[in-house]
Amino acid sequence: MNDRSQRILIENLHLSFGDTHVLKGIDLEIAPGEFFAFLGPSGSGKSTLLRAIAGFGPLPEGRILIGDEDVTRQPPWARNVGMVFQSYALWPHMTVWKNVAFGLEERRVPKAEITPRVERALDMVGLLELADRRPSQLSGGQQQRVALARTIVVEPRVLLLDEPLSNLDANLRIQMRRELRSLQRKLGITTIFVTHDQEEANTTSDRMAVLDQGVIQQVGTPMELYDNPTNLFVAGFLGSANRLPGRIVTEGAGRVFRAENDIVIPVAADEPEGEATAIFRPQNVHLKAQGEKTDESTICLPGRIAHSEFLGSLIRYGVDLAGTEILVDEPHQAGQPVLPEGADVTACLSADQVRILRE
Amino acid sequence: MAAQSRGQWGAAGAGLAVLILLLAFLVIPVAKVVYVAFVDVNTGGFTLLNFVDFFRTSLFRESFVNSLYVAGMSVVFASIISMPLAYFTTRFNFAGAALIQTLGVIPLIMPPFVGAVAMQMLFGANGSVNLLLDEWFGFTIPFMEGLNGVILVESIHYFPFILINLSASLNNIDRAMEESAQNLGAHGFRLFRRIVFPLAMPGFAAGAALVFLKVFDDLGTPLLLNVNNMLAPQAYLRISSIGITDPMGYVISVILVAFSLLSLWTSYLATRGRDYASVQKGGGGLMRRDLRPWEKVGAWALILFILALVLSPHFGLLLLSFGTIWSFSVLPDGFTLAHYREVFSTALPYITNTLLYAGLAALFDVIVATAIAYVVWRTDLPGRKVLDYLGTAAVAVPGVVLGIGYLRTFHDLNVPIVGKPLASWWVIIVIALMIRRLPYALRACTAALQQVSVSLEEAAQNLGAGRFDTVRRIVVPLMAGGIAAGFVTSFATAAVELSATIMLVSAESDAPLSYGIYVYMQTAAGRGPGAALGVLAVIIVGIATWMSHRFVERTRATAEADRKLAAAAGA
Ligand SMILES: Nc1ncnc2c1ncn2[C@@H]1O[C@H](COP(=O)(O)OP(=O)(O)O)[C@@H](O)[C@H]1O
Ligand SMILES: [Mg+2]
Repeated sequence: MNDRSQRILIENLHLSFGDTHVLKGIDLEIAPGEFFAFLGPSGSGKSTLLRAIAGFGPLPEGRILIGDEDVTRQPPWARNVGMVFQSYALWPHMTVWKNVAFGLEERRVPKAEITPRVERALDMVGLLELADRRPSQLSGGQQQRVALARTIVVEPRVLLLDEPLSNLDANLRIQMRRELRSLQRKLGITTIFVTHDQEEANTTSDRMAVLDQGVIQQVGTPMELYDNPTNLFVAGFLGSANRLPGRIVTEGAGRVFRAENDIVIPVAADEPEGEATAIFRPQNVHLKAQGEKTDESTICLPGRIAHSEFLGSLIRYGVDLAGTEILVDEPHQAGQPVLPEGADVTACLSADQVRILRE
Repeated sequence: MAAQSRGQWGAAGAGLAVLILLLAFLVIPVAKVVYVAFVDVNTGGFTLLNFVDFFRTSLFRESFVNSLYVAGMSVVFASIISMPLAYFTTRFNFAGAALIQTLGVIPLIMPPFVGAVAMQMLFGANGSVNLLLDEWFGFTIPFMEGLNGVILVESIHYFPFILINLSASLNNIDRAMEESAQNLGAHGFRLFRRIVFPLAMPGFAAGAALVFLKVFDDLGTPLLLNVNNMLAPQAYLRISSIGITDPMGYVISVILVAFSLLSLWTSYLATRGRDYASVQKGGGGLMRRDLRPWEKVGAWALILFILALVLSPHFGLLLLSFGTIWSFSVLPDGFTLAHYREVFSTALPYITNTLLYAGLAALFDVIVATAIAYVVWRTDLPGRKVLDYLGTAAVAVPGVVLGIGYLRTFHDLNVPIVGKPLASWWVIIVIALMIRRLPYALRACTAALQQVSVSLEEAAQNLGAGRFDTVRRIVVPLMAGGIAAGFVTSFATAAVELSATIMLVSAESDAPLSYGIYVYMQTAAGRGPGAALGVLAVIIVGIATWMSHRFVERTRATAEADRKLAAAAGA
């Protein structure tokens, strides 16, 4: 974070395309200098929200503040908000240099100042020697960097990136996301990164918001969201999750979760009674040989292997627990055999890895 | 590639036949014209003297300058008409957009020479508009005075070429191109000047070059407006009055071809490597916004004004065809059906000739165009591209030049049985029309073939169909929509061709519609029947254009459905 970093505050934002209500009451505060991700499936409204911050699209209801300034009604060209478009949108009739200089020229920056600033921006993305090329003569990754240079050269208040890596191939994507991250650190600029890929959001962002159907489902750090999802959508979107539908009931002194097939999981005593879903991740379940010792908080149930998939680093088993199938991930070691279909196993799960959700 | 080379004998044969046809009726006649222009009439040796003579004659110098001036000014006026229209349709949510699209087609269904006389009646020195101006305000405007008339008529007929190309360019600009400029601080006119216009430039240049070429080469309009001090009329008059040995007609022809090539080359330079049609995900086209009320009023006023201007030749032609006497008055004195009666009793051969000539020409066009498209895109025969170039090259050959070339090349080539030289047999008109309209058919057929997936052909061959059977049972049926569109476009434009026709008609009984209109319009008494004939021509061309439009739409819808099917299967 540097002293020019600005926060973004969004209050009760609603936005419609004609009769289609696309953003439904967005409330969000993004801290100065934060690298923030919007994560959600395609069509969830991420681009629409990002574009609203940049001033594109229909006029929304509610407020958008950058720093302390209300920009809701400002036109795009007056906002000083940098946006990198998914298609890069480099102008084909201008050289790389001209593309990058454009924003400075529009700001009436003196000529003498433009040259060093364009040079610095191109240098920062490592493309100074390609300044005289046309965009069509660049690779996808290079175009991406030019788009980035063109945006940061004007020193915008915040940086908005709409699926910036989606047009790159897999290896380049990983490299570019690291570069993006370190560039953002260096500039200290408040950044919003839109993606539908949870790995991208996890690896780059300080915090993220998960969107679905125009509503923010949850905001937090990647790990918080993964470990403590507040609803089934977030739990499922951030990775594979086993769900057991059931009820919370009082049993003896404490409360337990009782699944439909009578699997019982102890829960905290203050957990209210009623319908609930128990959530746990496949890697938190362990397959044990019968009779192996376990501690008290571990629940062990007999089951049978229904199917298995070799995924490289791990083997994913489908295990039938009294009629309910759950997924279990076991790390794979060389030479270790795959348990055969129909084999009897014991599936063990530590109770503190289970999350209880209600919807 | 080896696999492809197998079984290409049939295609090679067809390609060779097309090549011979193009050599005989395009390359050789044009080469002959060029050759004659550079040969000394007396000695038969090479000389530049004919060109020196040309530029020494003041009438020719004047004609040359006039032709350049008229073509240039027509581009300017056509641009002035097109730019606001293109801008409104692509930039705003505007109910008039559909009207503008129709407006873009209306002028194309009537060749300029047909409306020229009607324009004279409306805008001439004693035309309706000037009579009213004089009565109300006490002044007149020389709209149709000399070259002005040619410029006015040509620009309201040819502006659609700019409108269509420019609109397409504007629609193809990725919206993010504009948004990213706004994001960086640009808006209003600067945004237009720095981003939008440069991106649309290739489309504009292509349209402008086409207008320049069409106007520069046009013979009918200046002839009908009695403007003879331009190049094309001079070429025609020299050949028809002095004869085919006079070198001046050939010199003018060379100049016409040179400038046609020059304007095509300019358009090529302007568009080369600038295929900005970069429609990305996220939707193409400029951002559209709603018009404010007063903007809406202004936009409608402008569009209705242009619409009135564009429709005036059609309107004038109708009046002329139903009017009794129309002279020194705002409207004709009375209305009558007599002109139509006359046309149907005496001028019917013009119509039947036209249907026959244009029909045959269009039929051969699509056959030749399909053959060229297939050879170029589906075989690896050496030199196959030459066919494509030659087939398209006819665009750069003005009708007058082709006509002169045919007269010179075929005047002593007697056709057995008919017992006439080829140059004065009616079939030569069909051939000229076919060569002139081949580029249209070729474009339609090439587009149609490119939409047929090669894998469909390979599937047929895999199941045992030979090359010929594959073409007959798979390729041609799938191309049918495009071929049909090519046929009607060629037909519609051939039906009103005048500049080559006028040179090649040797007997009144062989003459088509366009020639009939020209002959009638020569006399004041003939204007009524001439206009009636013109109305019939507009109806024929209008119906054909509408059909071509339907075919294209249907093909596009089918292609879209096929694409969705393929995508669904792939998903
Ligand atoms: N210009 C538009 N007109 C109408 N609907 C739109 C428009 N842009 C987006 N939408 C709709 O808004 C919703 C959210 O779209 P978007 O923000 O692009 O989603 P995301 O970026 O998360 O994939 C989608 O249902 C989409 O169909
Ligand atoms: Mg999006």
